[in-house]
Amino acid sequence: MSVETVTETRLSPPRVRPLGRRRKVGRYVLPTYSWLVIGYLVFPIVIMMIYSFNRVLGGAQVVSFSWNGFTTLWYQQWSSVPGLTTAFWLSIRLALVSTVIATVLGTLLAMALVRYRSNKFRGKLAVEQILFLNIAAPEIVMGASLLGLFVTLNINRGFLTLVLAHVMFSIAYVTVTVRARLAGFDRLLEEAAYDLGANPLTTFRLVTLPLIMPGVLAGALMAFALSIDDFVTSNFVSGTSDPFPVWVYGATRVGIPPQVFVFGTFIFMVGIGFAFMSIVLSRKKS
Amino acid sequence: MEQSVPTDRPGGVEKQRHRAGWGKRLAPYLLSLPSGVWLLLLFIVPLGFMLIQSLETCSPATGQCVMTWSWGELPRQVHLYHQQFITSLVFAAAATVIDLVISFPIAYWIAFYGGRRKNFFLIMLLVPFFVSFIIRTIVWEFILSNNGVVLTFLKNQHLVPSGFHVLGTSYAVIAGLAYNYLPFTALPLYVAIERIDRRVLDAAYDLYANRRAAFLRVILPLSMPGIFAAFLLTFIPAFGDYVNQVILGGTSNTMIGTVIQNSFLANFDYAGGASLSVVLLAVALLGIWLYARLLGTSTINEYL
Repeated sequence: MSVETVTETRLSPPRVRPLGRRRKVGRYVLPTYSWLVIGYLVFPIVIMMIYSFNRVLGGAQVVSFSWNGFTTLWYQQWSSVPGLTTAFWLSIRLALVSTVIATVLGTLLAMALVRYRSNKFRGKLAVEQILFLNIAAPEIVMGASLLGLFVTLNINRGFLTLVLAHVMFSIAYVTVTVRARLAGFDRLLEEAAYDLGANPLTTFRLVTLPLIMPGVLAGALMAFALSIDDFVTSNFVSGTSDPFPVWVYGATRVGIPPQVFVFGTFIFMVGIGFAFMSIVLSRKKS
Repeated sequence: MEQSVPTDRPGGVEKQRHRAGWGKRLAPYLLSLPSGVWLLLLFIVPLGFMLIQSLETCSPATGQCVMTWSWGELPRQVHLYHQQFITSLVFAAAATVIDLVISFPIAYWIAFYGGRRKNFFLIMLLVPFFVSFIIRTIVWEFILSNNGVVLTFLKNQHLVPSGFHVLGTSYAVIAGLAYNYLPFTALPLYVAIERIDRRVLDAAYDLYANRRAAFLRVILPLSMPGIFAAFLLTFIPAFGDYVNQVILGGTSNTMIGTVIQNSFLANFDYAGGASLSVVLLAVALLGIWLYARLLGTSTINEYL
């Protein structure tokens, strides 16, 4: 990289020694260290996958700390814990619904923020500050305050309150993600569409939307990931309909069934699959 | 909007331009209305409501709250749970420092030497996020447990005494926090280091800087925004976290998040819980305000 080209082209005496050491650090020490860190990050996931194949001894079907032998039984009986399967499907439905709502709302807000300066859009600064606060505020405070509101207003907690809460904490992330992608958007293309007689709706459908689609998709993925993994807020507003993470947390008191790790492995595989697919797609494009 | 008027449809364009002018003035408000209302009603209003609720008095037996304007609840709760606040502060600070130290070299390596595989390495940094937060923490409980993988190995090698345990100690909680929030530290750091102009670094070496000086006087100052963003995205969530403490720390070293959760979900003491949440939010706001003063509110999107 740049380090090597520098050594080849210009050789001034004081730089020779430090560069030699620099290269060694770049070549051996840093990569080794970085792979160790990656190993540390991956380690619990590998453990989870291994334990999803762990046999269970005794009557109660809960995962044990010790290794009892290999079995694929939990993959065959992945849906045999009724509460867990219900919670999983609830999480999927919740994530889909809140992703759609948050993506639409967040994209519209991002368009307003990118296109209009504060002299045309009074309150822009306030909106930006609210988004920032929403991202930075501790989740437990948001969850607790929502619970207080719902209880006082006598709103029954369930799927509806979950959707309200999940959209609330996803909007800001979607807006921020879409806005980042919108920044390089060429407004002249829209002007051209207008010049050719397209009305605003047609222009949006045929010009704007296809161009901002990658940003919108990135925002949607973010919202989906946030929603499906959310525990803290969900725990406050779920009432009796537990999403996946809340159910698993509740199960830790009595011991968790091995199927939890099967679901964990499945979610991981799907997520990582999407991630690598996006890399391959972006490579192809460039 | 400047438009040339086509000769065949002059009227149509005239009408359209008129509408565009009218709509254009309202457009930013219409576009932001749905999100604005949603955030106002479900984010701002509840926070304000929580502030009011902290002044109420609740009966633990019935869960009924009445407005008593009792300003005493806030200091009373703080006095009662100041130890948990301090514990949270210490744990979150320790986890943040550990994360900064662990992730700085790897962020530096990916930014400077990642080459074509940058995206691959970034996904590897994000790998924990593909497994549910709760499951991640439970797996650490497995790993650190007395007959788990790590301790069994260490005990068999006689590297630690047989009575040695990690689970249920503050170390386990800090380790869990550090693991769970590591990507939140590494990514902003990477973004900041990536932006450093290599020519500035080359200039430093041309001016006879050694590696130490180049690091301390060029790389470190230029990655400061990233360090601060990392602090914001790691410290504040870790400060309010209670999952790691409940699963890995057991009953000892209670963090403030655990107290708040119990006030709301177990003891139904909404006023007490609201008071503690207000204090927690105030501490977080202090950090948020500092960040906004130093870097501005709109910069947060660069680090997400």
